[in-house]
Amino acid sequence: MWRAERRKLFNGSRVMKNIRIIPRLDIKGPNLVKGIHLEGLRVLGSPEEFAQYYYETGADELIYMDVVASLYNRNSLIEIINKTARQIFIPLTVGGGLRTLDDIKMVLRAGADKVSLNTIAIKNPEIIREAAKRFGSSTILISIEAIKQPDGRYLVFTENAREFTGVEVFSWAKKVEELGAGEILLTSVDKEGTGSGYDIELTKAVAESVSIPVIANGGAGKLEDIKQVIKDGKADAVSIASVLHYDFVKKYNERNNYSVDKNEGNTEFLKSGLIYSKIKIAGLQEIKSYLATEMINCRK
Amino acid sequence: MPEEQKEKVVIIDYGMGNLFSVKLACEKVGLSALISNDKSEISKASSLILPGVGSFGDAMKTLEKLDLAAPIKEFIASGKPFLGICLGMQLLMSESEEFGIHKGLDIVKGRVVKFPAAGDKVPQVGWNQTLKINSKSWDNTLLKDLSEGDYMYFVHSFYCIPDSKIFSLSETNYAGLDYCSALQDRNIFACQFHPEKSGEKGLIIYKNLANLIKINKK
Repeated sequence: MWRAERRKLFNGSRVMKNIRIIPRLDIKGPNLVKGIHLEGLRVLGSPEEFAQYYYETGADELIYMDVVASLYNRNSLIEIINKTARQIFIPLTVGGGLRTLDDIKMVLRAGADKVSLNTIAIKNPEIIREAAKRFGSSTILISIEAIKQPDGRYLVFTENAREFTGVEVFSWAKKVEELGAGEILLTSVDKEGTGSGYDIELTKAVAESVSIPVIANGGAGKLEDIKQVIKDGKADAVSIASVLHYDFVKKYNERNNYSVDKNEGNTEFLKSGLIYSKIKIAGLQEIKSYLATEMINCRK
Repeated sequence: MPEEQKEKVVIIDYGMGNLFSVKLACEKVGLSALISNDKSEISKASSLILPGVGSFGDAMKTLEKLDLAAPIKEFIASGKPFLGICLGMQLLMSESEEFGIHKGLDIVKGRVVKFPAAGDKVPQVGWNQTLKINSKSWDNTLLKDLSEGDYMYFVHSFYCIPDSKIFSLSETNYAGLDYCSALQDRNIFACQFHPEKSGEKGLIIYKNLANLIKINKK
């Protein structure tokens, strides 16, 4: 009965797969932060609180990205992963500054389910093969930070887009798949944090060149952007930061029990209560309901 | 309660995948869990979980190297609850066609085959629905209290085809076909999805396991 209904709904024997909506939490020390083009970080609050809220409201997975891991020590990140994993029973991906198989093992032991590698994979691509063999392909995500060049080519950058590598994005995506990566987290640095929409051309080209799932990241500013990167960009999953974070901030400010560590980082923005003007905030349920009206399936 | 009387779940450690999340899910529902490949711990366990991600052939090789096939079969014969997850479900079958034919534990008659490479991406990564088979009730199974169509989290390229449909509990639709996503035969329960990564719905399966262990103790 149920199956017959679904078949009819999608007009054929194949049921459209479910698109994953994945909040991305950038972490600096003990705080959740958000920047623009991966720079100019603002402190938004405690990552565990955001994570718990996203879990309760229907997040399909979570991504924790330690944005300054290579510069600071990692104890606070391990503590955050550990606390999160005891409360939240959906896949948790952790990335940022992981350099060795032991680093990977450490975050997995702390409670992460997958790791995201970028810099080390470019420097030593063989680590993808080794890590996939040791921890399983599905555990290894490769993060690709792409910047469009004046000549139209997309090149890979590392270190939050500070380091030029000269590597071309599409050939790199195919190579990481060959080496055993389980998924690709694709960030358009040009779009990241701007709220001006995902890079559709980039996402589509990568998603069609590999058979492993591609998670589109960077640029979501409104509901239509999310629809577009799924329908036109062929993304298998979407990672969203600002749209969700500022929605949560607003809801918590309204309830007036929102906790921000006022002693660290740039919190002026939060105290001012301003919300970045390009971002049309929305919660996870709002996003999923909207996508359903656009005939895009998500877990309900 | 003295340590030895505590209901202890043993999660089989054979180097395949991250077992920590399975342990955390057990603890969340009040079970004490031990990650181990020690045979005496396995025989003492009140429940045994065989998790796993990775390749079938490597997993079987490791189980054989650690001499774990016999203790697993003995545990199952004891009638205590057993849970196989993902690759741990597939390993129960007779054989797999993953990179050549590999013999499985042959506890549940059936085969493991790859999704057809038509349309949907392989591996399947993400949430999908568990559907009842001919409206067969899930009461008295580990899917008790779940509803038709509930979403679970999957990561896999291969799926199980049990010889007999009798033991299939749920089906899931992917790559244009309905495949067996959970089965139960006496005290053997197995699921292709990861209940420890399937939110509050997935935790219901761990709660059911905890209840089953309690009933089994009496």
